[in-house]
Amino acid sequence: MIRTENVTKIFGDNVVLSNISAEFHRGKTNLIIGRSGAGKTVLLKLLVGLLTPSSGEIYYDDVRFSSLNKKSLRSLRMKVGMLFQASALFDSLSVEENIRFPLDMFTNMTKKEKTDRVNFCLERVSLGAINDKYPSEISGGMQKRVGIARAIVLNPEYLFCDEPNSGLDPKTSIVIDELIRDITYDHNITTIINTHDMNSVMEVGDNIILLYKGEIAWQGNKDEVVYSENEILQDFIFASPFLQRLRTAAIDEGKHL
Amino acid sequence: MLVITGLLEHLGKYVIMMGTAFNRPEKSSMYYKETMRQMNDIGVGSLVIVILIALFIGAVTAIQFAYQLDGTLVPVYYIGYIVRDSTIIELAPTITCLVLAGKVGSNIASEIGGMRQKEHIDAMEIMGVNTAAYLIMPKVVAAVIVIPLLVAIAAFVSVMGGYLAVVPTGMMSSQEYVQGVRSFFDSYNVFMMFVKAIVFAYLLTTISAYQGYYVRGGSIELGKASTNAVVISDIMILVADYLLAVLLT
Repeated sequence: MIRTENVTKIFGDNVVLSNISAEFHRGKTNLIIGRSGAGKTVLLKLLVGLLTPSSGEIYYDDVRFSSLNKKSLRSLRMKVGMLFQASALFDSLSVEENIRFPLDMFTNMTKKEKTDRVNFCLERVSLGAINDKYPSEISGGMQKRVGIARAIVLNPEYLFCDEPNSGLDPKTSIVIDELIRDITYDHNITTIINTHDMNSVMEVGDNIILLYKGEIAWQGNKDEVVYSENEILQDFIFASPFLQRLRTAAIDEGKHL
Repeated sequence: MLVITGLLEHLGKYVIMMGTAFNRPEKSSMYYKETMRQMNDIGVGSLVIVILIALFIGAVTAIQFAYQLDGTLVPVYYIGYIVRDSTIIELAPTITCLVLAGKVGSNIASEIGGMRQKEHIDAMEIMGVNTAAYLIMPKVVAAVIVIPLLVAIAAFVSVMGGYLAVVPTGMMSSQEYVQGVRSFFDSYNVFMMFVKAIVFAYLLTTISAYQGYYVRGGSIELGKASTNAVVISDIMILVADYLLAVLLT
């Protein structure tokens, strides 16, 4: 579990996040949602340690993140996997080399063990024999899957996904969402997804935190989304007239969306 | 005042970055592999341009000294001596490294800056990689080993360039040029050449890496970082050249 306590982040005079206290549970897909500029990416970067909070604390299973020395921080980092918005695959390395990079850097596995592990991860994300392809030779959806494969290659306990569906068509988005959810459940990972994708919210939102102007405006799960009276949430999730009609119909018929 | 505080800020960040860069590697074999790759990129990749430039520098130096000494009482074989010493002491290390600041320096700034912008550096940081060390140390080590070798080649080629410019054209005989090249040799000058090459190599790689590592924004900022890498490296090489000349002579 990851927990934040009164986390605030200020850039100059701009308060981007204010007193964020939240829990992100193990074995669940935790979603951070909100409009552009709400502070989602900043919160995610704070959680992974790419940024430092102006005040407040972040705990990884009751270990205070800011109290970690270099050695402890490095061993914690090895338990963290991250899927980036643009996949962040190394252009000059092949798919196999990309996925193998953390193994090369941090393990003493033999070449065969590494290859087996890479192939296992590729199979896990439903990719065939594309080991020798380069990132520029595969589609955006495949790049995301390779990014997930690289993120899980060291068996992480915490998985962070920054806008995993951006730039993908709705079908591929669902495939990626389901893949992240399955990996989360199968490996009992604490997964935190930063998204503004409506489908993701309704499909994989076990624990949802809505950020609005740097503060938590709502917290719940996907089943509570439709029936919540929170105006900010409804304005964000059911932004289009079509979705508003869908929600009204669902409430009228007493169905879950 | 703002300029001074800005300079101090850059200097502080540069020192911190270098302190982080020279840390114990996570996996020596990975750093070794990367260093070998960089040695190939910097060394083999720059060989042709270094040879070409050195050849012409030697040729021009020889012809211009031949012109200067024409009609004087200075023996003609001095041309070989002057080409050799001016090449070893100054032209080979300085001109080669100024050229390499343009070729290698801009490449380092763009490569690291591009990785910063594409979140590759963030991805490595999250994995637990010391990115300053992994991305900068192999480049510095490779440059400090390979650039002095390039400079030595440049010195040799430059002397050959002088020969090709003045002997086949009949300005002087082969024996005279060789006699000049072999006269008044002081091995300390070679030592100076290598000291300069090592210092310049360190400066051009670390300054370029700094420019790339801290780049922010988009492609325009990356272009500026690449330009700054070359300009600042060139200026610092010339400043260091002056200081080394004062210290070593």
